[in-house]
Amino acid sequence: MTAVAEKRHTGTSLFRRPTATTGFWSWVTTVDHKKIAVMYFVTSFFFFCVGGVEALVIRAQLARPENAMVSADVYNQIFTMHGLTMIFLALMPLAVAFFNYLIPLQIGARDVAFPRLNMFAYWIYLFGGLFIYSSIFFSGMPDGGWFGYAPLSSLVGPDPTGASAVSVEAANQIHMRRMLFYSVGLQIVGLSSLMGAINFIVTILNMRAPGMTLMRMPIFMWMTLVTAFLLLFSLPIIAVALFQLMFDVRYGANFFNPAAGGDPVLWQHMFWLFGHPEVYILIMPSFGIVSETLPVFSRKPLFGYSAMVFSGIAIGFLGFGVWAHHMFAVGLGPVANTAFGLTTMFIAVPTGVKIFNWLGTLWGGRLRFTTPMLFGIGLVSMFTIGGLSGVTHAVVPHNWQQTDTYYVVAHFHYVLFGGAVFGLFSGAYYWFPKITGRMLSERLGKVHFWLMFVGFNLTFAPMHILGLNGMPRRIYTYADGMGWDFWNVVSTVGSYLIALAILVFIANVVLSLRRGEVAGNDPWDARTIEWLTTSPPPPHNFDVIPQVSSRDEVWHRKYAVETEHGPARVPAGGSGEPSAAGGSPAAERRAPGDPGGGPITADTASSSPAADTTATHAPAEGIHMPSPSYYPLVATIGIPIIGYGVILTGVASWVLIGVGAFITIAGLFGWAIEPSAEEHH
Amino acid sequence: MSESTAAATHAEPLHETSLGIPNDKFGMWALIGSECMLFGAFIATYLIYVGATNDVEGVTPQEIFDIPFTSVSTFVLLMSSLSMVLALAAIQVGEMRRFRIWSLATALLGAIFLSGQIYEYTVFVAEGMTMSTSPFTSAFFVLTSFHGVHVAVGIFMLLALWALSMMGRLPQSRALVVENVGLYWHFVDVVWIVIFTVVYLIPSEL
Repeated sequence: MTAVAEKRHTGTSLFRRPTATTGFWSWVTTVDHKKIAVMYFVTSFFFFCVGGVEALVIRAQLARPENAMVSADVYNQIFTMHGLTMIFLALMPLAVAFFNYLIPLQIGARDVAFPRLNMFAYWIYLFGGLFIYSSIFFSGMPDGGWFGYAPLSSLVGPDPTGASAVSVEAANQIHMRRMLFYSVGLQIVGLSSLMGAINFIVTILNMRAPGMTLMRMPIFMWMTLVTAFLLLFSLPIIAVALFQLMFDVRYGANFFNPAAGGDPVLWQHMFWLFGHPEVYILIMPSFGIVSETLPVFSRKPLFGYSAMVFSGIAIGFLGFGVWAHHMFAVGLGPVANTAFGLTTMFIAVPTGVKIFNWLGTLWGGRLRFTTPMLFGIGLVSMFTIGGLSGVTHAVVPHNWQQTDTYYVVAHFHYVLFGGAVFGLFSGAYYWFPKITGRMLSERLGKVHFWLMFVGFNLTFAPMHILGLNGMPRRIYTYADGMGWDFWNVVSTVGSYLIALAILVFIANVVLSLRRGEVAGNDPWDARTIEWLTTSPPPPHNFDVIPQVSSRDEVWHRKYAVETEHGPARVPAGGSGEPSAAGGSPAAERRAPGDPGGGPITADTASSSPAADTTATHAPAEGIHMPSPSYYPLVATIGIPIIGYGVILTGVASWVLIGVGAFITIAGLFGWAIEPSAEEHH
Repeated sequence: MSESTAAATHAEPLHETSLGIPNDKFGMWALIGSECMLFGAFIATYLIYVGATNDVEGVTPQEIFDIPFTSVSTFVLLMSSLSMVLALAAIQVGEMRRFRIWSLATALLGAIFLSGQIYEYTVFVAEGMTMSTSPFTSAFFVLTSFHGVHVAVGIFMLLALWALSMMGRLPQSRALVVENVGLYWHFVDVVWIVIFTVVYLIPSEL
C-alpha cells in the first residue's frame, strides 16, 4: 500500500495500530515471528512442566500396590490431562515454536506469510489451553482418556465423589460436563494448529530466498512442510469427530451412543484417522531437527538428503493408511486387521530409511559430542527401540496380547519421549544461541542429557516387562502379589530422575541467559542460512536476503571444496581464494564461539545481487515490516466465551455464545479493515 | 477466513513469490483442501448412518425430503456462483458500481438459500424429525447446518467486501481479495452440489 493510502485510512480503525517495540504491549501486539516463537516456547514449556507434574503424580500413585494417594476419580483426570497436555499443549506447540522461529530464517524470508494470523494462532492456543484447564473450577477435568472413546466420553466413569450419595443422574451430568471441556477445548486448540499449518505451508512454498529451490531447502523445512500438510488434512477429521461428540453430549445427537442406534466404533475410526497422522505430527519435527544437528556435529553433509525428503513424504502419505492398527482388538475382522497390519509394517520402511541415513551421516564423520549431538544420538537410538516395539504391534495376534497393557505405554513413550522430546531438546541446545545470543552451558547440558537418558530408560524400559506380565494401563492401582511391584518402583524412581533433569535444564537456561558465553553468528560452524545473520537476529532477519546457490549454503560459503584431493575442505578466507595446501585440521577447526563472521558476510554481500552497500550490518532503513496489531487478541477473546456458552445451559448458554461470536466477528472485521501502518516509522 | 480479505495490508513482497501464486490465494486453496476433509468426514458419517433411522415412522431419507423445494434452493445457490463471477469480473475492470450490485446480489442469494434451509428445518421438526430422533437425523442436521454456517461466513465476507467498497477501500488493485472470497464461495457451492446429490437425491431413489 502506498503511504498516501495509509494516511487516508489511519482514522478508520477502532484502535490505533500499536507501535511499542519493547515492554508488555510489544509482546501482546507483536506480529514478529521470532517474538511469537518465544511466546510459544515459554507457554508450551510451561504446559510441558504441568504435564510432567501430572506424570509424577501418576508414578507416585503406582509406586506401590493398593496405594491410596489419589482416588480413582482424580487418577482418571490426571492421566487424561497428562496425555492431552503433553500432546496438544506441550509437544505440538513446542514444535510450532521451532517452526515459527526457524521457517523464515531457514528459507531467507523476513517473516511468515500471514503475520497476524500467526499471532491469532498463538492466542487461540494459549486461551484454548487455559480453557481446558479451567474445567478444574467447574466439575473437574476431562476424565475419559485423551482418546475419549464413547461412552467414556460422556456417561461412564467412576463416581466422582467416591462412595458418597450422588445420584447416577448427577454423576452422569458431571462426566458429561468434563468431557465437554475435552471436545470444545481440543476444538479450540485444533483451530490454532490449522491456522499455523496454512501459514507454514504458504510461507515455505512461497517465500523462499532467491536460488533456494525445494531440494536446496534445509531438511528441517521439508519435515516442517510434511508436518504442516499432515495437520492440514488430519485436523478437520478430529474437528468433525469432536463436533459430533459435542452434539452428542450437549445437544442430544446420536452419533456414538449405541443405546440410540449410534456406533461407538465410528468415533474410534475418526479419532485414529486423525490420531495416527498426529503421531507423525509429533515426531516429524524432531526428525527434522536431528537431521540438522547430526550433520553439523559430524562435519559431513546429511547422508542421502533426497532419500530423507522422500521418506518423509512417504511417511506422511502412509500415515493416513494405518489408523486401524489402534483398533485390532475392536473386532473389525481378519481382512481389515491383515490389511492394516501390512500397511503398518510398510511404514517402518521409510522410517528405517531415515535411521540408516542418520547412521550414514555419523559414519566416518569427525564427531563432536556436544549436547545437541548427544540428544540427537539419543533420539536415533531411543526411537529405534520404540520403532521396533511398534513393529511388534503390527503383528495382530501379538497386538491382541499387548492391547491395553503397559507394553503399549512403553512403546509410545519410547517414540514420543525418546524420539520427539529428545529431538526437541537437541534443537533447543542447538538454536538457543541463535535465539538469545548466548550459549547454553555445555557442562550442565551434559548433566541434563545423562540424567534424562538414564531416567528415561529407568522409567519406560521396565514398562515393557510390566506390560508383557499383564499389567493393564489406565488403572489407578493394582493388587499386591502380581509380581509388578519391583519394576513399578524402578519406573517411579526413573520418573523423578527425569524431573531432576528438567530442573537442571531450567537452571541452565536461567544461568545462561545471564552469564552464558556470547555466541556470535555461527557458534557451531553450521550449514544453513539462519547462521548468516546475527544472534539474536534483527526484526527483519537479514539485512540482505541471501542468494542461495547450494544446499548447505553457509558451509559452501565458508569452505571451498578441494576437488582434486578428495573431500578435504579448507577455509575459503576473506580473500575468496581457497588455500592450496588442503585443510589441515587446525585450519579447518573453528572453535565454538568463533563467529567466523568476516568471510561470511563479505561473501554474502558479494554474492547477493541486491547488495549495493558495503556494510552488511547497516541499520535496516527502508525495510518495511508488518505493524503490530491488537485484533488477533480481540478476535481470540470471543472464542473461549463461545466455548463456555456451549458448556453452560439455559439462557446463559445462548447469551455467552452470542457475545463470544460478536466479539470474534467484530475482531475479524476490525482486522480486515485495519490500515497497514499507523505512521511510517 | 476473513483474514484473506485483510491480506493486502501485509508487508509488500520483496520479490515475486516462489511459486508465482499470491500468498493469500495460496492460503485460501490450502484452507479449501482442509475443508474438503471436513466435509468429507461429515458426508461419510451421513452415508454410514443413512439407514440408521431407528424405525421411526416417516423420518427416513426416502420419505422426509421435499426434493422440488430443495431443488429450487439449490438453484438459487448455484445462481449465486454466477453473480459472484460477475462481481469479480466487474471489479477486475474497475466498474465499482456493478461490483457492488453483484456482490450484494450474491450475498442476497446466499441469504435466500439459508432462509430456505431454516424453513426446511422447521418443517422437519414439525414432522417429528429432530436432532435426537436417530443417527440419520443427527448426521443430516449436523452436516447441513455446518454447510449453512459456511454459507453464513461467506455472506459475512461478501458484506464486508461491499462495505469496504462503499468506503472506497477496495480499489481495482485489490481485486485479488474478491477473487479469494470467490474461491471460497464457489467451493461452498460445490460442496452443496455434493450434499444435494448424496443426501437428497440418491437416498430418495433407493
